[in-house]
Parts: sequence; C-alpha cells; structure tokens
Amino acid sequence: MLLTVEGLTKAYPGVLANDGVSFAVAPGEVHALLGENGAGKSTLVKMIYGLVKPDAGAMRLHGAPYEPAEPRAARAAGVAMVFQHFSLFEALSVAENVALGMENPPPMRALAGRIRAVSNAYGLPLDPNRTVGDLSAGERQRVEIIRCLLQDPKLLIMDEPTSVLTPQEVEILFHTLRKLAAEGTAILYISHKLEEIRALCDTATILRGGRVVASCAPRDKSARELAEMMVGAELKPVDRTGRRAGAMVLQVAGLDLAPLSPFGPALRGVGFDLRRGEVLGIGGVAGNGQEELLAALSGERPTAPGTVLLDGRDIAALGPNARRRLGVLAAPEERLGHAAAPDLSLTDNAILTGTVRKPLTRKGFIDKSAARSFAQSVISAFDVRTPGPDVAARALSGGNLQKFVIGREVLQDPVVLVVNQPTWGVDAAAAAAIRQALLDLAARGAAVIAISQDLDELLEISDRFAALNEGRLSAPRDTAQLTLEEIGLMLGGAHGMQEAAP
Amino acid sequence: MITLVKRPMPSRMWSVTTPIIAVIATMIAGGILFAALGKDPVAAIRTIFWDPLFGPNAGYFRGQLLVKAGPLILIASGLAVGFRAGIWNIGAEGQYIIGAICGAGVALAVFPAESALLFPAMVVAGGIGGLVWAMIPALLKNRFGVSEILVSLMLVYVAQNLLAYMAFGPMKNPQGFGFPGSRNLQQYPSAHNPELIAGTGMHWGVVAALLAVIGTYVLMHRHIAGFRIRVAGEAPKAARFAGVVPARLVVACLGLSGALAGLAGLFEVAGPSGQITDAFNAGYGFTAIIVAFLGRLHPIGILLAGLLMALTYIGGDMAQLMLQLPAAAIQVFQGMLLFFLLGFDLLTNYRIRFGGAPA
Repeated sequence: MLLTVEGLTKAYPGVLANDGVSFAVAPGEVHALLGENGAGKSTLVKMIYGLVKPDAGAMRLHGAPYEPAEPRAARAAGVAMVFQHFSLFEALSVAENVALGMENPPPMRALAGRIRAVSNAYGLPLDPNRTVGDLSAGERQRVEIIRCLLQDPKLLIMDEPTSVLTPQEVEILFHTLRKLAAEGTAILYISHKLEEIRALCDTATILRGGRVVASCAPRDKSARELAEMMVGAELKPVDRTGRRAGAMVLQVAGLDLAPLSPFGPALRGVGFDLRRGEVLGIGGVAGNGQEELLAALSGERPTAPGTVLLDGRDIAALGPNARRRLGVLAAPEERLGHAAAPDLSLTDNAILTGTVRKPLTRKGFIDKSAARSFAQSVISAFDVRTPGPDVAARALSGGNLQKFVIGREVLQDPVVLVVNQPTWGVDAAAAAAIRQALLDLAARGAAVIAISQDLDELLEISDRFAALNEGRLSAPRDTAQLTLEEIGLMLGGAHGMQEAAP
Repeated sequence: MITLVKRPMPSRMWSVTTPIIAVIATMIAGGILFAALGKDPVAAIRTIFWDPLFGPNAGYFRGQLLVKAGPLILIASGLAVGFRAGIWNIGAEGQYIIGAICGAGVALAVFPAESALLFPAMVVAGGIGGLVWAMIPALLKNRFGVSEILVSLMLVYVAQNLLAYMAFGPMKNPQGFGFPGSRNLQQYPSAHNPELIAGTGMHWGVVAALLAVIGTYVLMHRHIAGFRIRVAGEAPKAARFAGVVPARLVVACLGLSGALAGLAGLFEVAGPSGQITDAFNAGYGFTAIIVAFLGRLHPIGILLAGLLMALTYIGGDMAQLMLQLPAAAIQVFQGMLLFFLLGFDLLTNYRIRFGGAPA
C-alpha cells in the first residue's frame, strides 16, 4: 500500500468532521472520495496534505509513519494537491506562477523548458509564456496540475477538478490521469459527479457525516446506487409534470455589456426568447459571462434600449427595483455579499429584495413584524435550517442560505426568475428541493432562467438549453434532443485545447 | 498562544459594553499617564469627569457642556450616516467653516437689518454652504473616481484660508478699529443665536442637534432608505442588487453630512463664537469623527458620546488650569479613548481563545 489511513478523527467546535476514518490507496490506483458537502472529504484530504492536524489516528506512507506538519512536508514526502479554487496570479505568466510555488525555482528559461516538456509528455500542452489572465479555466487547471507534476508526486490529490471543465476538457484530463496512474502514481479523486467517478476510478470510499459508510468498485454500481449510499436515503426523481409553454414573456436581443471584472468577458450580442411556464437552462464554465448576464437581466447593469423586453415593453433601462415591480426577480450566484448581506439577519435580508412586491414597508417605513413573518414563511416553506429569522445570514450553511435566497424570490411570485448557480455547493437533498421549487414555479406559469455549470442539473430541469461561452450565447435548443457530446461542443468544446500527439 | 476566532454573529452584548469598557480603560491608562507626569491621578480624573458636572463651579460648566456637545452631535449625526454607507467625509471641519461664512455673510450683507426672517435665512444659507462644499468631493468621486477622503480633507485647508481671507478682508468689521474679525453677531439682535434658557447653554444649535439625532435615528433604523444605506456599507454588491445607485448614495451622504456640518458652523458663529475670525474653527469637525465612532455610529450613542467628549474638553481645560497639566496630555487622553474603543471593538466580532491554534 502507498498510503494507509487509520482512525483519523478531527473535531471542530460543534461538529465531528472526521470520525475514525480508515482507508488505503495502492500505487497506481485511482481512488475516489465520495460524499455530500459537509461529509468530511475536504477535512480528510487537508489532513493528508498537512493543512490540518488530526486529533487522533495515524497515517502511513510507503509503510512508514507519516505526520506532515505542513504542506511543505507533505510535498517533500511526495504528496501533491490540486485545489478546487486556483491560486494563480492572473497578471503573471504561466512560468512565473509555477516558479512562485517552488522552493528553489530553477532559472526561468530552464523552468519554461521543463514546463513544456512535462506538459507535452502528459498530453496537457501549455505555453509557459502566456499570461494566466488570458487562459480558460481548463488551461488554468493545467497550470496547477503541471505545478504538481514537476514535483514528481507519488500521490496526487484532486479536489473537484472537473467543476470548471467542459465534457471535452474532462476527457483530456482523464486521459492524463490514467496515464499518470499507469506510471504508478496514485490519485485521490474528490468529486460528487458520479458518472465521472464511474468512468475513472478503481475504488471509491464513501463518506457520510464524517464516517466511512461504504467502499466499493464504482464500476459495479449505478450512479443512483452511489448517490443513495452518499445520501443514505432513497432519492426521488424530480417531478417535471404540469408545465405548459404559454405566451412569450421575455425577449432579449443584441445584448452587449462590458465586463464586470478586469479579466471577465464582455457580453456580445446575447439574445433569446422565453415563454411562460418554460425553464431555459444556460450552461457554461464559470467566468464566461454568467455574472454579467445576471446583472443585465436583474437590472443591476442597464443595457442599450430595446435589448430586454418584458411582455413587449422595453425594460433595458430600468433598475432592479423597477424590474421587481414588473415581476422580474433574480438570485445571484454569490450568496454572501451579493444575494444576501452577511451580517444582516434573515429578516433584514428578506427586506433586501422583498419590499417591492411584498407589503414590508408603509410609506417607506419598515414594518419589522411583516418582514419577520415573511422571512419566517420563507424559512418554513423551504425548510431552511436555522434557529430563527433573527440569525445573521453568515451563520447559515451554504445550502441553507441558498434555500433562503431562492425561497425569498420564489415566494414573491415572479413572472420571470433568473437564478445563477442555484445549487452550487449545496448538498444533494437541498439541491433536489431547489430544483423542484424552480419546476413548480414554472408549472404555476412563471418563466425561469437557470444559469448553471452543472450540466446534469440543466438536463434535469430545463426545456431548452443554451451555452454561454466567452460572453456569447448559443441559440437555445430543445434539451430532450441534445446529447452530452453536442452540449460539450456548444460550450466551446475544449476551448481550443488539444491533447498533444502521442 | 492567543488566537482570535470570528464569531458567527456580532455580539450584541459586546457592542453595547465596549464603549463603557473603553472609557474605564481610558481613565486607568490616563491616570497612569498623569501619575507619570507627577500629578495626582485620582484628582486629575475627578477634575476631568466629575468637577464639571458636580464640582463647586458646576453651574457654569454644565451650560458649557451643551455648548460644546451641540456642534459635535450635530456634525457626528451626519457623518455617521455616511460612515455607515462606507462614504468617508473627513472634511466636516471645512464644511463647518463654509457654513459659518455663508450664514454670517447673509447677516453681514444686510447689516443692520431688523427682521424675524433674517435668522432663518442665515440657517438656510449655512446649511447650503456646507452642502455645496461637500458636493465638491461628491462630484469628483462620481465623475473621476477620486477618493472623497483626500478631497474632503484637503478642502478643510482651503476653507481655513478662505476663513482667514474673510476675517482680514471682506468681512472685517468696518468699526473694528482695524482689528481682524467681523462684526459681533451677538450684538446684532436679529442675527443672534441666543441662549434659549438662561444658564443651560441651550441654543438653537443644540435644538438642531437633538432634532438631528431623532431624524437620523428614524432614517437609519426605521426607514427603507436608511436600511439601504446600511447595506451599502456592509455589502456594496448586495446594495446594488437591492436597487441602490452608488453615485446617488455618494451625493446624498456627503450632502447630508455637509449640510449638518454647515448648520453647526452657522449656529456657532451666530451664537457662542459671535464672530468670523481666522481662529473661529476649534476642531469640532475632526472631533466629531471620534464622537461618531465612539457612539457606534448610532444616533443615541452619538448623543451620549458627544456629551462625554464635551466633558473631556471642559474637564481638560479645568485640569490644565488647576493642575497645570499640559494641553498635549489632554489630547493624548482623548486619543486614548478612540484607541481603546477601536481596540475593544474587536471583541464584537471575535472571541479570544487561549491555547493552541485551531486549524
């Protein structure tokens, strides 16, 4: 065995993140860690990578006791990790970014040569002189992977590596990982994308509530069986019935918008039509204009006259509250800081967007008890786990706050609801509830735009699908007639990335 | 090892008690300072905090309390609204000066008018003067993205020079035997801002300060506009999502704080000070920043903090006079108050944990 983990336990105030976790990884094995958010996957790998010290338990690497005090020690022992969130400087070149992560970087020219050699050898070609800010998410991930490979690791940990990739980019990544495994490198692969795990991994350890609940060969199980092991309960499929496409309600045409952040994309000529009762899914890798599109639809960024029509009326110049009055509501991606103010109570966060369509004010004066009962109704209708509406938004877990944010908009009875990443970082049960709520809303005659990176989610709930790529939106197509392959190509394929010729 | 752990929610208890703890800590540290200067620390603290209110000559000092607290509270009320929104008007001192010049200018221009309308006209002119002066940083921020902190601060020095020019030039008293300074408005009945109840120090500026406290309380804690101002300071993106237009917010916040500072200047020049002189401004505009934070940017807190700050002014003067404490020691003492407040403030959002570092 390469790595054995025995009885690892780690407690945080109020929660046992890992409770006697044991498993083993053999050289050349691709080992999946499966579990919902909060199941303890991150804590576990942080302990292996030396970021967190276990309270109890032991690890052995190559049979010798292994107690990394810090990531540097872990790297020296041959353990490398690619994080879900990249730590790259956008204004620096690829080679400079790699050098920053090294203990004793060689001269730049030599390093550039090594980057070229290693990246080609593993089918991830990368130009060391390009500025990271100009790279796609998939290419940025290559930088992180190359950075690890230069250390010649024996164990490579990958935390949700495919969440920012198109299906084609995922294929390239898997090819690389299989090649690494064939050379004897063990890979610890964290994901909640079950089909990917079935395609890639040899074994899977399933965590729930900080404990190992099962281990299996994922190829022998169906995705549904894996999901039920993760959740510990039977999953019921979403109910898509009861919806009829009604009258045209929203028309967007020729929509341009400048980027909201320095390296962000501009929206260019975005256009689509939306009917009542319809769910339009907009897929795409993060950073391709999703935030900009939401801002243009919510009214946070007004756009040129005639670019956004509601029931034939031009609303492109209207601000968020004027649009709310007409029934156009939105739930942005960033929960803390955009959709909700972190330090304000849930009651106050209900006031944040609720005063236009709900009687929460009288002549501009806040009716605190009305606001409180509105917040309470969101909490009960959407099963938000919180001691009460007076709790600060930042005290809620991501999933619960997301249920509150979505519920706050849904209960305002929107004509059009725009949501960005509605279930990002939300556990499976809460995600299912949110998806069902969006479908139910559409069944009551509202139009829903769901912007998401999660293709499975969009295939599950949307009637039509469009892809957002570098600020341009593809023509929407009926979801039922699309294959994953076609969706991948709509998303920009592999973003011009190619595997090197073998 | 000591570590700080962020609280899941800001502590209510600490947010109320930190100002009190800060005052006590200031008294202790101040006492040590005074002892190091060779003075009796207990006597010094008593002279500063006790004697002005309950000492032998308290009758006179109590009136002074409101005279000093009035402008501090009036200015701080306006500043606090902007600070809540993350808009940093550091130049209230300048707006205060311009308000005084504009208000006094109206009175001096029509000297010796006898009209019940004159004083109200001066009030309006003072408010507008401060507002216009505050619009300079507002417009520069909105148009060119210039920091309102720097512009408003630098405009204080412009206003000071303008004040000196007025005192030595256009506003100089023609019957003043060549001395600098304007006519004394205290001897100009329709322009005078008199003491309303003898011996209390209560003048129209104090009334305005109380109205400002009530008004900003209603605005910030009852009205949707104040709610949006608070959100803008805590989470700018969420505020924009809630319909706040940042440029309008800058104009509103700087306008309100400028107008209130201008009013404070007018009430001062027409009342306790009486004259436009080159030494007219006494730093109220800067001290009000301390008052605003000491009062937790909350109107009621500002009311109390203004009174406390006025007390340290008066008590500090007395301590200088009676115990020969250096003036700088009093300023250090006032500075300590802000220092301790900001220091203890940490406890509102963080817990202190002794022992090993958590991961």
